[in-house]
Amino acid sequence: MLRLRVNGETYETLTESNETLLEILRERLGLTGTKHGCELGECGACTVLLDGKPVLACLVLPDQIEDAEVTTVEGLADGSALHPLQEAFMALGASQCGYCTAGMLLSAKALLDEQPDPTREEIRAALAGNVCRCTGYASIVDAVAQAAQALQGAR
Amino acid sequence: MSTPRDWVGRRLGTVPGGEDGDGAFQVVGKAMPRVDAVSKVTGATVYADDLSFPGTLHCVLLRSPLPHARIRRIDVQEAAGLSGVVAVLTGAAMPTRFGVSPSSEEEQALAADKVRYVGEPVAAVAARDEATAREACKLIHVDYELLEPVTSIDQALEVPMDEPIHAASKDSNVHRLAALEFGDVDEGFAASDHVREDVFFYEGSNHLAMEEHSATAIFSDGQLTVWSSTQSPHSVHRALSSVLGVPMRRVRVVATPHGGGFGGKVDPCSHEIVVAKLAMITGRPVKCTLTREEVFYNHRGRHPVLMWVRTGVTHDGRIRAMHFRTALDGGAHASLGAATTYYTGALQPATYDLPAYRFEGCRVFTNKAPCGPKRGHGTPQPRFALELHLDKLAEDLGMDPVELRRRNYVRPNSRTVNGLRITSCAIDKVTDEVLAASGFSRRERRDGHGQGFAVSAYLCGAGTPMYLNRMPHSEVSLKVDRGGVTVFCGATDIGQGSDSVLATLVAEELGLERGDVRLVTGDTGLTPVDLGSYSSRVTFMAGNAAIEAARKMRATLVAAAAEHSGGRPAEMTVAGGKIGPLSFDQAVAAAEELYGTLGSVGSYAPPPSISASKYRGSAVGPSPAFSYSAAVVDLDADRVSGEVRVNKVWIAHDIGRALNPVLVRGQVEGGVYMGLGEALMEAQAYRNGLLHHPSVLEYKTPLSADMPEIEQLLVEQPDPEGPYGAKEVGQGPLLPVVPAVVSAVHDALGVWVDEVPVTPEKVLRALDARAKGSDPRTGPRSFPKIPYPPCEKVALPDAASATL
Repeated sequence: MLRLRVNGETYETLTESNETLLEILRERLGLTGTKHGCELGECGACTVLLDGKPVLACLVLPDQIEDAEVTTVEGLADGSALHPLQEAFMALGASQCGYCTAGMLLSAKALLDEQPDPTREEIRAALAGNVCRCTGYASIVDAVAQAAQALQGAR
Repeated sequence: MSTPRDWVGRRLGTVPGGEDGDGAFQVVGKAMPRVDAVSKVTGATVYADDLSFPGTLHCVLLRSPLPHARIRRIDVQEAAGLSGVVAVLTGAAMPTRFGVSPSSEEEQALAADKVRYVGEPVAAVAARDEATAREACKLIHVDYELLEPVTSIDQALEVPMDEPIHAASKDSNVHRLAALEFGDVDEGFAASDHVREDVFFYEGSNHLAMEEHSATAIFSDGQLTVWSSTQSPHSVHRALSSVLGVPMRRVRVVATPHGGGFGGKVDPCSHEIVVAKLAMITGRPVKCTLTREEVFYNHRGRHPVLMWVRTGVTHDGRIRAMHFRTALDGGAHASLGAATTYYTGALQPATYDLPAYRFEGCRVFTNKAPCGPKRGHGTPQPRFALELHLDKLAEDLGMDPVELRRRNYVRPNSRTVNGLRITSCAIDKVTDEVLAASGFSRRERRDGHGQGFAVSAYLCGAGTPMYLNRMPHSEVSLKVDRGGVTVFCGATDIGQGSDSVLATLVAEELGLERGDVRLVTGDTGLTPVDLGSYSSRVTFMAGNAAIEAARKMRATLVAAAAEHSGGRPAEMTVAGGKIGPLSFDQAVAAAEELYGTLGSVGSYAPPPSISASKYRGSAVGPSPAFSYSAAVVDLDADRVSGEVRVNKVWIAHDIGRALNPVLVRGQVEGGVYMGLGEALMEAQAYRNGLLHHPSVLEYKTPLSADMPEIEQLLVEQPDPEGPYGAKEVGQGPLLPVVPAVVSAVHDALGVWVDEVPVTPEKVLRALDARAKGSDPRTGPRSFPKIPYPPCEKVALPDAASATL
């Protein structure tokens, strides 16, 4: 029996010892917002936050997450109030097919939590592990920069 | 009652309601988020693999470990006996062959007689979970008889060692030959002052859509339903019906929200048919999701193409004749390869006015993952070769490369030598824009720094359907009643935003906001037919069908509002949620009272005049409109390491009208990105006949940190037949980027890399060649001897047929 907190809720679930956090989220907890693009830690689609740090859920096993706090894309908005990153991704078209979006948002959130006023270079570096095939990354980098400003303004 | 076929190629005008109106738009042209943006950023969008149904069985495909072998026997007994396994399937159960077009129906859902590439599916297991299905696959014993694999174009042109890959190709591995001549090419060369020949190679590449293919099937009450991440539910619908022997009226295909296509999900795929068959056998829902490695095997990606081009010009740079030869490595199956072959020759005359043109194309089968359509479908390769060839011709003539091109540009409202109709054409304008913004002619000249320029053309939808018929390419129906407005259309939003386009157009016509328009799309059970999201066709074709349906509904509502309010129809302004003095809802109620149930339909097929010549292959190339793009790439190239660093890309695109600048920007930047990837890194490469790197890690693509600044310049000159004047943007902007990169490398270092991707090794080899005093280039040395048939001589479009 695994106990973990996801987006502020406590879950207890049976798991296999070789089951990944990605599988636990999608198949045991029904949180399908987290995507898979390779299951080998190569594409970044399954990025979630584990105790605030970005991890690739497809490489995380149950014994690493006992009592941990996991944040997924489903936990970004506050009710119906979207996170400034989500607002900026929408406004600037940073999500096209949307399949990399969850991972992008969480990598970006980890960056902004750590560095509220990043340079474009820092944004590009923080997202370098997340593959996107639609956007060419420009609108994503712009969206993260815009969200950083919005968050700064709100502080 | 309308007259028969009056809907074909109908011109609808570019303002709401038709030819009237002041041209001021309420929704069109406004920068807005996509209509499904909230779902996309909250993780609420349900993609194919996110679907789950109670009692679902999981399917895993057993794939061939060999590139070429006969199947002597498949023993599934042990696998079938494994606890948790519900069904095991082999090719014998589905002998009917299928393919994306009638000319390509040679694939089997599971190979029965022989395997033709590593990764070809040979058996399938449905089990209670994926792990059990995977375990069962290991217990299937396949007895193979090895055959000599064919792994290169050269080898495919030789007499087969054991047997040809496909028996139908008659003792040869040549899949398709094309040989066409328009105008008198020999005479053109004879009249030329200078003639030049070059050889180029363009490597194959994978789409690498982030979402791996996935499909789920349910068979119940005599009806089959398949949910799939497909770009063409209509093609899957046809293939399922044909292979499974179930009438189309008993099959429903739902295209799920899509995690990226780029052409990789146009073909009906093995797993889509297998899950359907397994659902019919087991009576339970069956799901199959490919792994990333399997996606590389399924492939259908960019064809590797070897090209030879010969062009004759006058002293002042006017092209007199061009002869273009291509050889495509098709991999193991046909896919859309016959069309791809013709596409490698079709659009050269849509960019440059060629008075005489000969095209010879050849596609061969090899024992590699099947190639198919990828963004630009068969045209990025010849675009790359053609643009660099023109750079070299300009150098020969001592002429500015831009000026050489300008002297040969096609003109608006003209007819090409191969019969294509050109209407709106901003090729001059995109050239002006990109040159002005980049300062190309005043660029900094220093060693290791360079800029390159290129232009291109692309279709706004294939002018002929994938299978011969005279029905609409796109159909829309519109339901309006007191419960709201719903658009039904088979078009499939693959991330490009086609749902947003449909909502925008219908909202504009009915004076509503996009959010007032409900969308049901990509569902063959609910929506009228659309052929699919390929060839940049959706905005133009589904868009026009949607406008036609909305305009009919608008007229109905206007008539009802006039009747109800005692005014004249002409006084009924449709805007801001009102129709004349009535609210939209009041107008709908009035119309329901007067006319009963409200519904309208729209249809689109291109006008026949898009093509003026009939010849073998003439179905490939014609389009209701062409978009034009121009790019300048600025880069630094390191003479010591061979590394290339792109600093900036300027891209100008002839969009007609940007229906939503947010979506347009996304397509332009995405196209430039993919072009840079193919120019510098992407390669579906093989070593000793085996796929070198079927993984995201090893298949190199540009990442966020690799991307240069992109400055885009949209040229808006409305097309007379586009929806509100809009043209395509999904594919065009990729095309000029690849040659512009290579041209810039030459500008920086003085050497030619006539082969993409431009790796540091290739740059260094070219520099080394120059240092040794040999030809300062890297690239293919020769073009193989190919048994092209005699050219079909195609008469030039006569004056009458040239009428636009």
